[in-house]
Amino acid sequence: MQILPTSVPITYTSGEQIEVYRFSIPVTIGVPLVALFLQAFLPRRLTFFAYLDLPLLVTIFFAMARRNPIAGLLTGAAIGLTQDCLTAGPIGVYGIAKTVVGFAASSLGAKIDAENAGTRALLTLGFYLLHGIVYFGVARWLLSLSQRFSWSHGVVAGIANAVLGVGLYFLLDKLKQRT
Amino acid sequence: MESVLSRYRNLVILVGVLFLQVLGLAVQVKRGSDAQDTRLIRIWAVGAITPMEKGLVALQNGSSNLWHNYLYLRGVRAENRELKEQIEQMRLEQVRLNEDAAQARRLQSLLAFKEQYISKTEAAQVIGSSGSDLSRGIYIDKGSENGVQPDMAVITAGGIVGKVLRVYPSTSLVILINDQTSGVGVILEKSRLQGVLGGTPNGEVMMKEVMSDEQVLPGETLLTSGGDQIFPKGLPVGTIAKVGAPKDLFLSITVKPSANLDRLEEVLVVLQKKEKQAVAADVPRARAADILAQRLPSVPEQPAPVPSAGGAGTASSAAKTAAAGAQPSHPESAGQVSGQAAGPTAGETAVHSTAGSSGTGKQQVADPSVGTKKPLAPAVAPPTAKPQGTVSQPRTPAPQSDTPPPSDADTPH
Repeated sequence: MQILPTSVPITYTSGEQIEVYRFSIPVTIGVPLVALFLQAFLPRRLTFFAYLDLPLLVTIFFAMARRNPIAGLLTGAAIGLTQDCLTAGPIGVYGIAKTVVGFAASSLGAKIDAENAGTRALLTLGFYLLHGIVYFGVARWLLSLSQRFSWSHGVVAGIANAVLGVGLYFLLDKLKQRT
Repeated sequence: MESVLSRYRNLVILVGVLFLQVLGLAVQVKRGSDAQDTRLIRIWAVGAITPMEKGLVALQNGSSNLWHNYLYLRGVRAENRELKEQIEQMRLEQVRLNEDAAQARRLQSLLAFKEQYISKTEAAQVIGSSGSDLSRGIYIDKGSENGVQPDMAVITAGGIVGKVLRVYPSTSLVILINDQTSGVGVILEKSRLQGVLGGTPNGEVMMKEVMSDEQVLPGETLLTSGGDQIFPKGLPVGTIAKVGAPKDLFLSITVKPSANLDRLEEVLVVLQKKEKQAVAADVPRARAADILAQRLPSVPEQPAPVPSAGGAGTASSAAKTAAAGAQPSHPESAGQVSGQAAGPTAGETAVHSTAGSSGTGKQQVADPSVGTKKPLAPAVAPPTAKPQGTVSQPRTPAPQSDTPPPSDADTPH
């Protein structure tokens, strides 16, 4: 019996069928660094950029593409801790928030198909809010900083990040390597 | 046990990584502010990010300079002419301000005031931000190699910006005044009410620690009080934008900063400030007289009323002061005359004419017993009158000898 090569695109629905990607070392290091650089550089030139969180989007992208919870949480921790180092505050606030998001994104990415734009946008919105809640919780209850959390602000900023994220993921997809 | 760990391996690692970070946070909180000791991880992170920022800013400046300095020169001649005119105007203004400053120094020296001077600054370029709402900070392109140290004040021509928090070899992190952890001692310019300036989580600047029974009006200017030992006294901070309802016995005062904190490009780091006692500097008289001649060309020459040759200088200066005092429509001129009279021969006169209005200045100086302290003393406020006699006398010994003794010839009949 001859097996015909599949010419139709496969719709991934089960855990076994979902593809896992990897990235080259320059991409793994360079993309988060560029994201951190833009996050520090652009808000002083473009005020609206302060609402965006490029390191978070990169964390979500890498975590969902690798689909490995440990790799996801370590990626999130590394990016978050580096982001903490640039601030005047204590190291660990962004680290904890992005660790949680990295773990959640990779765990979820291993279970659902997150290749289409709509799913990615919704997931990004959800992860942005999760990041905000964890960040607020750590700042408020662990460090006693007078942080305010506004749902309306969070949703609006989350939508903006989701829109940017969809475009950014499309660009970063080109850097993926199949395992 | 092993099977449980392997089954929940991912969760165990997540909890472990989170636990380590919480532990790290707890250590940092327990140690307090780590502003003084910069951690290695911060140096690595800043070292990885800031070179890109520096490069991009340098590229941006280079292209901007090329365009503005070599290509786009339209209207430069006209602008140059206008600027020259402005310089001329400002020179005149500068002379007047110098006179005022000299008077202020004399008064301060009488009261043994100690002043803080900004003696050395370093211009720095803003290359980036902390990129976080939790901490509002900026990175500048000057670090320990340029003499920058933690807790140095950072200012612009408009007003104060913040203070240096962390210093790296070639960059520094500056915490802005709208950060919630910052605190600056401030004073209201008119009411002299003191408070503490700080930021809020959403980036507003507030004046705190002002009791609710105090009266604070929107629009009033806010200056540094010098109480924080970081910012020298008297630097512009901002204006009162809004006075809200009192909370917990304190007023809720929103401040609009003088410096545009969102659009900072270049700043000045105060490397050195000196504290010294104010010393009255002698102002060159000829220069002030030239300016007076330009401003008041119609003032008639007063004949010298003093017959003796030794008192001619003082008499003519007194006559000019009297002339200025007699012209209420020229308050600036009156100030200048007092400044002129505040030269080495008539330091006391300057103090007196400052204390009163132009009219009183005229009366005091035109008093026939000018040059002697006894008749002048009642004309000024008692606290000023006492130290004046004690301090100014040894400082100006020469005029005493030039000044004629009170005689009948000085007294108008």
